[in-house]
Amino acid sequence: MHDRMQRPLSTVLAGATVVLRRIRAGRELEARLSALGFVPGETLHIHRNTRPGPLVVGVKGSRVMLGRGMADKLAVE
Amino acid sequence: MSGTLRMALAGNPNSGKTTLFNALTGARQQVGNYPGVTVEQKEGVCRRGGAEIRVVDLPGTYSLTAYSQEERVARNYIIEEKPDLVVDVVDASNLERNLYLAVQLMELGVPVVLAFNMSDVAKARGLEFDLAEMSRLLRMPIVPTEGHRGKGLDELVAAAHQAAASAAGYRPAEIHYGADVEQVLAQITARLEGQLPRAGARERRWTAVKLLENDAEVQAGVASGEVHALVQAEQARLAALLGDTPEMLIADGRYGFISGVCQKTVRSTVEARHTVSDRIDEIVIHRFWGLPIFLGLMYAVFWLTFTAGTPPMDWIDGLFGWLGKTVAGFWPEGSESLLQSLLVDGVIAGVGGVLIFLPNILLLFLAIAILEDSGYLARAAFIMDRLMHKIGLHGKSFIPMLTGFGCSIPAIMATRTLESRRDRLTTMLVVPLVSCGARLPIYALIIPAFFPQAWRAPMLWIIYVTGIVLAILCAKLLRATLFKGESVPFVMELPPYRLPTLKGIWIHMWDRGGAYLKKAGTVILAISIVLWALTSFPTLDAVDESLPAEEQQAAQLAHTVAGRIGHALEPIIRPLGFDWRIGTAMIGAFAAKEVFVAQLGIVYSVGEADEESEPLREKLQQNYSPLVGLCIMLFMLISAPCMATIAVTKRESNSWGWALFQLAGLTILAWLVTFAVYRLGSLLGIGV
Repeated sequence: MHDRMQRPLSTVLAGATVVLRRIRAGRELEARLSALGFVPGETLHIHRNTRPGPLVVGVKGSRVMLGRGMADKLAVE
Repeated sequence: MSGTLRMALAGNPNSGKTTLFNALTGARQQVGNYPGVTVEQKEGVCRRGGAEIRVVDLPGTYSLTAYSQEERVARNYIIEEKPDLVVDVVDASNLERNLYLAVQLMELGVPVVLAFNMSDVAKARGLEFDLAEMSRLLRMPIVPTEGHRGKGLDELVAAAHQAAASAAGYRPAEIHYGADVEQVLAQITARLEGQLPRAGARERRWTAVKLLENDAEVQAGVASGEVHALVQAEQARLAALLGDTPEMLIADGRYGFISGVCQKTVRSTVEARHTVSDRIDEIVIHRFWGLPIFLGLMYAVFWLTFTAGTPPMDWIDGLFGWLGKTVAGFWPEGSESLLQSLLVDGVIAGVGGVLIFLPNILLLFLAIAILEDSGYLARAAFIMDRLMHKIGLHGKSFIPMLTGFGCSIPAIMATRTLESRRDRLTTMLVVPLVSCGARLPIYALIIPAFFPQAWRAPMLWIIYVTGIVLAILCAKLLRATLFKGESVPFVMELPPYRLPTLKGIWIHMWDRGGAYLKKAGTVILAISIVLWALTSFPTLDAVDESLPAEEQQAAQLAHTVAGRIGHALEPIIRPLGFDWRIGTAMIGAFAAKEVFVAQLGIVYSVGEADEESEPLREKLQQNYSPLVGLCIMLFMLISAPCMATIAVTKRESNSWGWALFQLAGLTILAWLVTFAVYRLGSLLGIGV
């Protein structure tokens, strides 16, 4: 079921709050991300998103820096 | 229960675990390496509450998968060494994510005590906790602690003793992964009974969960093809049924459990959106100001290391000079004693050559410790990431590269912060290309000898830039060939700024400094003695006494093994424009680059020469062209730095293979580049 409302995390503006829907990455990366709190259904708050640098995302009470390529692989809405 | 209590300390990075470890064990710590891997092993002794406790500080991890060395080391320590208990240090201001590790520790079956750390920070953020209820729900003791203030430690120790004493009746809460997954787990567990006859129910369940999670290490440990087939079939079925990978289902189950616990026990009273950290970050990782601030701080680190480090360095230099003279004084003037020579020229000179760098190294590590403990280094990685990525390195590679401008040894040690072995090895191998401080005397000698005033600063700049450019090119080459693969994606926690503890910084600094002393010192001392032997034997029996002392020295040197090797090397280095004298000096330079200047002095019968020596410069001018001067500097820049570097590479990469590859690679690269420059220059008639 492909939800048309989903978009890559990298496109979300700073200050917004979204919900993570899917992670399009290999197993290892998925495991690393879940250990940091990135699981489908989790609320994410975008603190910084200024090209070309990495994003700063608030998840489960902490801040995590994500490279842009990484943020492209997270589908949110 | 007799004997010393054995406690393992686990927890997320940035949870204050190390501070707590320092507070518990004080100076009674030992840092080493786990055998076979390059993960640091820290052990200490805690003497609070009367009894002795052996504390092992496990690597900081977010989880216990098999994907990283740190995680494997942490969980294997618990499984194989079977400590009496594990204290999980939890950052109270970040509870949900920190508990992800706690629930996994619970599944291992070892008694767990939760150190509820940074409770003051959480309180300031308006968070309130019902610890009694939380303890009841998790079925484990929870002790509030403030590691950086030394609070709660006695209570923690008491709880630890209690937990160990009641280990037999330990029954942690069990995670329920949802009916479908639970059914599959039951099936796998049942099938495992035959495979793991001596395992308890808890161990079998843990194995089942891990198999479902595709844990490579656990999979390798289970021999039965039948079990594997079952697991694979069920994974596919669950995926089709629930629309998620098994790993995701397990993660969901864990977070679901945690969420349930937190909902009942955590209350947020204030909506704290912008913290102090945020406000600092607005400037520090500002789009425009971030980089200048970063460069400014790096400059400050350098300044601290080399300017503030100079007086102690001079002092140590003086001390060893005095020591040398005193020991030499035990023998009559003009004595030919071998022992005297060994002690003065070999041992004292060799050890002095290493210890002289100690102030630099300590100051550099002090600066890095402050930056790291305060949380700034994460911001630096953020700022440098894109640039580093273009070179094929990771954001975290920047600090080692920068450190390399001072000395390669701590730089290579600093690569420990890189998680991926690929990134780590690439950085380690190219770091020596960045011109280290020990090469400066060589440039200081040669540049004024061959180049007019106006050319001097530009020449020095050209050398440094060449080093940087070569480092970049080699990094790219390595990443394209040997260390091919996706660059580790940049995912890193951004911890809030914290005020580093003095104790923490101090221990941090001596950790690394002590390692430098021990390892580099023993290796350099040994090889210094070898080199002393090479440059002293065999002696010329019939020296023409009528010649001045310096020329006698030069004749002696030509006769020794080093001298002969120098002659033997000549055919290889002739194409670079070098002769046997430079060859001989190069051999000494292998121990430490500064030796090059002194050896060159001896070879040219200038006697005691250093980089300010005008007579030596004159000799160089007479014998070589500016082009050769440049070539000497290039060769010294690119070729392997002191062999202590090779030794440290071996230690940090845990392999002689990579260390020797570095040595060979750098030497060959040096030869090729110098050859190209010399030939091209000769052809074009520049500087000849």
